[in-house]
Amino acid sequence: MTSPSPIVVLEDLAVSLHASPDRVLEDVSLTIAPGEILGIVGESGSGKTTLGLAMIGYVRRGLAITGGSVQFRGTELRDLAPRQLRKLRGASMAYVPQDPATALNPLIKVGSLLREVLAAHGRSRTDADARVAQVLAEVGLPNADDLLSCYPHQLSGGQQQRFALAMAFACRPSLIVLDEPTTGLDVTTQRTVLDTVADLCSSYGVAAVYVSHDVAVVSELAHRIAVMYAGRVIESGSTSEVFGGPMHPYTRGLLRAVPSPKVGQRLVAMEGVPPRPGARPAGCSFEPRCPVRIARCKTEQPELLPTDSASHHARCLLTAGSPASATAAAFAAGRPLSDANGAKANGAPLLAIERLTASYSSAPVLQDVALAVDPNSCVAIVGESGSGKTTLARCVTGLHTNWQGEIRFRDSRLPAGVRTRSRDVLRSIQYVFQNPYASLSPRRTVGATIAQPLLHFHGRPSRREIDAEVSNAMRAVALPFELADRYPDQLSGGERQRVAIARALVVSPELLVCDEITSALDVSVQAAIVELLRRLQQERNLAMLFITHNLALVRSIAQEVVVVQAGRIVEVGPVEDVLERPQHPYTQRLVTHVPSLEVAPAT
Amino acid sequence: MSSRGGKAYSVRRREWLHTVLGALKTPRGASGAVMTLAVVGIAAFGPLFAPHGGTELLGAPFQKPDSNLPLGGDELGRDVLSRVLDGGWELLLVAAAGTALGIVLGTAAGVAAAYLRGVADAVIMRVVDVLLAFPQLVFVLLLVSVIGPKTWLLVIAVGLSHAPQVARVLRSAALDVSERDYVKAVEILGVRPARVMRQEVVPSLITPLMVETGLRMTYSIIVLAGLSFVGFGLQPPSPNWGLMINENRIGLTQNYWPVLAPALLVALLTVGLNTLTDAIARVALGVDRAERVIASEALGLEPTAASDVA
Repeated sequence: MTSPSPIVVLEDLAVSLHASPDRVLEDVSLTIAPGEILGIVGESGSGKTTLGLAMIGYVRRGLAITGGSVQFRGTELRDLAPRQLRKLRGASMAYVPQDPATALNPLIKVGSLLREVLAAHGRSRTDADARVAQVLAEVGLPNADDLLSCYPHQLSGGQQQRFALAMAFACRPSLIVLDEPTTGLDVTTQRTVLDTVADLCSSYGVAAVYVSHDVAVVSELAHRIAVMYAGRVIESGSTSEVFGGPMHPYTRGLLRAVPSPKVGQRLVAMEGVPPRPGARPAGCSFEPRCPVRIARCKTEQPELLPTDSASHHARCLLTAGSPASATAAAFAAGRPLSDANGAKANGAPLLAIERLTASYSSAPVLQDVALAVDPNSCVAIVGESGSGKTTLARCVTGLHTNWQGEIRFRDSRLPAGVRTRSRDVLRSIQYVFQNPYASLSPRRTVGATIAQPLLHFHGRPSRREIDAEVSNAMRAVALPFELADRYPDQLSGGERQRVAIARALVVSPELLVCDEITSALDVSVQAAIVELLRRLQQERNLAMLFITHNLALVRSIAQEVVVVQAGRIVEVGPVEDVLERPQHPYTQRLVTHVPSLEVAPAT
Repeated sequence: MSSRGGKAYSVRRREWLHTVLGALKTPRGASGAVMTLAVVGIAAFGPLFAPHGGTELLGAPFQKPDSNLPLGGDELGRDVLSRVLDGGWELLLVAAAGTALGIVLGTAAGVAAAYLRGVADAVIMRVVDVLLAFPQLVFVLLLVSVIGPKTWLLVIAVGLSHAPQVARVLRSAALDVSERDYVKAVEILGVRPARVMRQEVVPSLITPLMVETGLRMTYSIIVLAGLSFVGFGLQPPSPNWGLMINENRIGLTQNYWPVLAPALLVALLTVGLNTLTDAIARVALGVDRAERVIASEALGLEPTAASDVA
């Protein structure tokens, strides 16, 4: 970038936990020019959000900036008094949080929230009204009184996120930090929010920082990328340099875990988990997980040095000043899926749904739905939020009882509710919930959670039988048996979801219903879970109903796909056919809106 | 978990203990606990240190304090200090038993209403509404004045008077918990509702239960002291704090101790319990507001102590 004066300059920034030497961020040096969008990517816990907040001179409770400098338009933020900082924030620099539903005060009308920001930064009332109208137009919301007098919960997720954007853009800041602002949104809404951000940044020369674990989204929006790992920037450069010719083994690993909507391929997860602050290795932080490590990596902390171009930096001993191939050898491209996986089973379907119509109180959610799942096959159900996907899963599992039509399992009709189904059916259909942070009781150990269905379905097994079954189930999902004594809050998100899967597997079900089970997880963790499910499907002859909003993921796991829009099935077919030659306009729209990691390799 | 012993499958974490310990570390919680424990200590161990019997006639009515009777005498010339030391344990025991009964009944009703929804919810909550229409003290007085002031009846009356209010609070808390995925995950196995409520819903309500117990305990003490004051509570001649206030108020100008000492102890106990309960509630709540705070502070909205830019 050859722009005049940068908006943000970070030099050797370090952020530490209070009263301990443990660093959450260290050695972070970055500059951001006006109009530039910097993407910060990395797994959970890598320090992305901390870095994003540090750019507006903010640290969360319990943390403190302990080294380096944060300059905003030439002003050192560390020298400012809290009052001066407050004046800058909201006015000249703004922050858009991850979850607008928790970030907007539920007791204040959204219009008042917006005016409050303007009033806090000294706009007069008439001035504010004019600006409100303007900023609403900018984020694509109508300037209607009935919208402004809504409370946050009365708006959709997309509208809430646009309001959060409007609040951030209200005072025309020159820097805006967006922290995973589209994580909770479906692809179409995500697309419009992303377009809005890109438009606003280019029209007003706003510098933006986009923090996300979704590599595909970042690749479409950002001009430059910083990859974070264990509190350090381990690779940076232009988007095409970093994603087109990744240098650091971590970046390569991250990219391989991203599913592609274009080809069905095995996703490759990285081994291990990132080190926690305070437990980072002496040498390169990535060394314990690195497939190409050499002896020196254990002891030597690599510097962030230029690689194949002056702007492309990587923090790896192997790549300093060398071409991209140095770390490439160990990374063959993701293998395409073999045909065996898609083998079509003959005979009667395990699950057959016909003329299913479901409603909540009186509002219809599903209409005239029909689909079939063969034994040992995986059917994906795809649709936006609110399309009725989850209701469908809940009808099948008996959690939702208000439906008409027919659901047949092993060729016998299923009654509606859990209470009216036979124990054998209840055992044979297991459900994995979307959010592993909510689906595990915080009061039960992992072992107790996994043993629960076992105790319910098998009466009073002996202590030894429970141990055997639980350890089997845990082995199947690649969790060590030692974790049986842990509580969910001592586990990572990926580990929790494995526990939830183990709980479903322990009673040897025939049909596994997976409801958006990777949407709360990092891409690399998602890759591991998807590979795990594929293996389990083959080893245990499981049939699966895989519900997702992520079309790219469908490619990597399912053989058949069912597209749902507003409670109706609009398209059904083998995955390749539907994704490559979508017939229904809705499917076509979904397919074109999927963010994909298609970057021209740097030349 | 109903399983047999063993460490992997049976453990329920003592979450409430963490919350209480956390509350005790705050100045609010610590001061509340000190006040509460002081009064409970006096009530529990006081009888051991009472210099005289609580019903012995030792001096003139409303005698001023002297070396023999450190707090003077009451309306019949009995030792005020001994009666104060001896007059708490029965009051506190009855209050605790009544509170426990109220909490158990109220929780059962509230959780059942929230979890079962539908008809059960409507029936339970309408009954609760009817009971709530009576002021608590009037309700207890009604029962006690009809049947007579028996100790067991006091426990039941106080318990019943708490139950509808507890049911209200616990129902709203249980409504939220009942919809959580980890409860659904058990439900989906076909586990009986009573079991789901007992094993999953109630343990998740431990925080509102603690807060509610503390609050109800204060009300129990107030109701019992009030009942004693109007003569329907624990009966003379055995001493108790509520009764002492009533018996001795005519002699307030001659010796204020027989009124002041029990009144102070009751006040200290209720304030202490309330403060402790409040601290527990704050510790339990102070977890999930972080994101909103960050979001508004990051837009420069609230004066903040949290912008720790070094």
